Amino acid sequence: MPSKDSPQHAIELSGVVKRFGSVTAVNGLDLAVPAGICLGLLGPNGAGKSTTMRMLTGQARPDAGEIRVLGYRVPAESKHARALMGVVPQLDNLDTELTARENLSVFARLYRIPRAGRRAAVDAALAVGQLTHRADTKVDELSGGMRRRLLIARGLVHRPRLVLLDEPTVGLDPQVRQELWGLIDQLRRSGTTVLMSTHYIEEAERLADAVAVVSAGRVIAQGTPAELLAGHAGRSAVEYNGTPDRLSEVERIAAAAGMPTRRTGPSVSVLRAEEMPPSVADALGPGTPRAANLEDVFVTLTGEFVA
Amino acid sequence: MSTQEPQTRLRFIEPQALAGVMVHDLAVFRRYWLSTTFSAVVEPTIYLLAFGFGFGSLVSVVGGYRYLDFLGTGVVGTAVLFTSAFAGMFQTFVRRTFQHTYDAVLSTPVDVHELVTGEALWIGVKAGVYGCAPLSVAVLFGLRPSPTVVLVPLVGFVTGLGFGLFGMWMSALVPNIDSFNYIISAVLTPLFLVAGTFFPLDTLPAWAHTASRLNPLYHCVELVRSAVFNRLGFDDLGHLAALMFFASAMWVGAVVFLRRKLID
Repeated sequence: MPSKDSPQHAIELSGVVKRFGSVTAVNGLDLAVPAGICLGLLGPNGAGKSTTMRMLTGQARPDAGEIRVLGYRVPAESKHARALMGVVPQLDNLDTELTARENLSVFARLYRIPRAGRRAAVDAALAVGQLTHRADTKVDELSGGMRRRLLIARGLVHRPRLVLLDEPTVGLDPQVRQELWGLIDQLRRSGTTVLMSTHYIEEAERLADAVAVVSAGRVIAQGTPAELLAGHAGRSAVEYNGTPDRLSEVERIAAAAGMPTRRTGPSVSVLRAEEMPPSVADALGPGTPRAANLEDVFVTLTGEFVA
Repeated sequence: MSTQEPQTRLRFIEPQALAGVMVHDLAVFRRYWLSTTFSAVVEPTIYLLAFGFGFGSLVSVVGGYRYLDFLGTGVVGTAVLFTSAFAGMFQTFVRRTFQHTYDAVLSTPVDVHELVTGEALWIGVKAGVYGCAPLSVAVLFGLRPSPTVVLVPLVGFVTGLGFGLFGMWMSALVPNIDSFNYIISAVLTPLFLVAGTFFPLDTLPAWAHTASRLNPLYHCVELVRSAVFNRLGFDDLGHLAALMFFASAMWVGAVVFLRRKLID
């Protein structure tokens, strides 16, 4: 299928609404993803990230709003768009009875890679997934990390211009996550547009050029991680530990001084610490300074807590 | 935002999409062809042995045929029905709900109606091939087919298409895999018994005889007998039309109801 003239944005959603019965999963979502960047869709479970991903492939139909993917209207022209994009689902849907190579070969056909290039495309995808040595192993004999790499490789077999990664590292152990982050970073560097949903703050911070914070089915803030920090959490924070009474006292002092706070598990963080007057710092007593992070942004914006 | 028209108009059903779906089927089939082939050959052998020797010792000629010839051709319908309806029901259900294979396929340039068509074509081809197994067994029992027997795989294909799509449609209706029991007992078993496979239908009461015209398997069995014994006539065009109508109706049902399940 021929591609369109390079559109300004790889993905554009405007006013998108999706309801399931009485539940509104996506509620007027606006989002533009410039070509060539990795955009992290950050939000807790149930924020509407997966539904948004499914709408981009035409596997869910919006009740209202407009969607464009690589210049194509979706769902009307979604088949054209699907040919140019790769999808890595949250749920492992590899064919467990088939080998790694067979899984990739089937998708090379589904993505219509011409016969002459099919073998090379499958070999290249195996190499990207670091599975060349396990090419002929059946999927149910691969480890969890290998399966996830194969799932990613399957979405890349046709060298897509846009890749959708839905919670790429959810439920994996830290070492495997590091490995996958390397793989995703490589993809981003190659100039492929990546839309990655995640509820791991750290993942978004490490990999995303820009982050859209999603809550209750809409984008409530968007920008580079630095912009979001500057706009919503400041540069640094100070964490205070102690008894519940002590934490309440910290919150009271900070509130009186007009400083934002948030609970961070057993402690309280006072945000925008770089603007803290010395008198307030004295009143608060000893704390642990740290850099602000996207979690501070997220909690400040939504009042919700994510991993 | 300017509206761009698509540069290429796509065909309603693209051959490349069907090929992709069927290549997947072929890859998976390579893992289980032995067990499928085993039951495709052993089951009709058991029918022929049990009914042929058991029942055949009581009656030697049925409906103008030697009983073994009557049975050997009739069992083709049974084989076609079971390969296609079961694949349509169970395979489709498992791939949609447990393996989520269809979610993966639909994220590639394949639409639901193409997925359904590709899966059905594959089931039809398998039914056409495995429908011949009982005939080969019957030949060992003395069946002497005429050259028009080469049409039997075609009859099996069209019938298998219909029953495969029927099973796919049902797979979109049942809440869980156990519910297929209702369909097997209430729909498939009567169809399989009252298709003129084991006994001729003109022995039934008139109303049942008429009702059997609505059984697609009856049309399949009639066509198979005509092909095997070179008695093809005008009636057979009617049988073929009935099977094609059945397949078309089931296609619409399967596409509409699977789309509801697969596209949110």
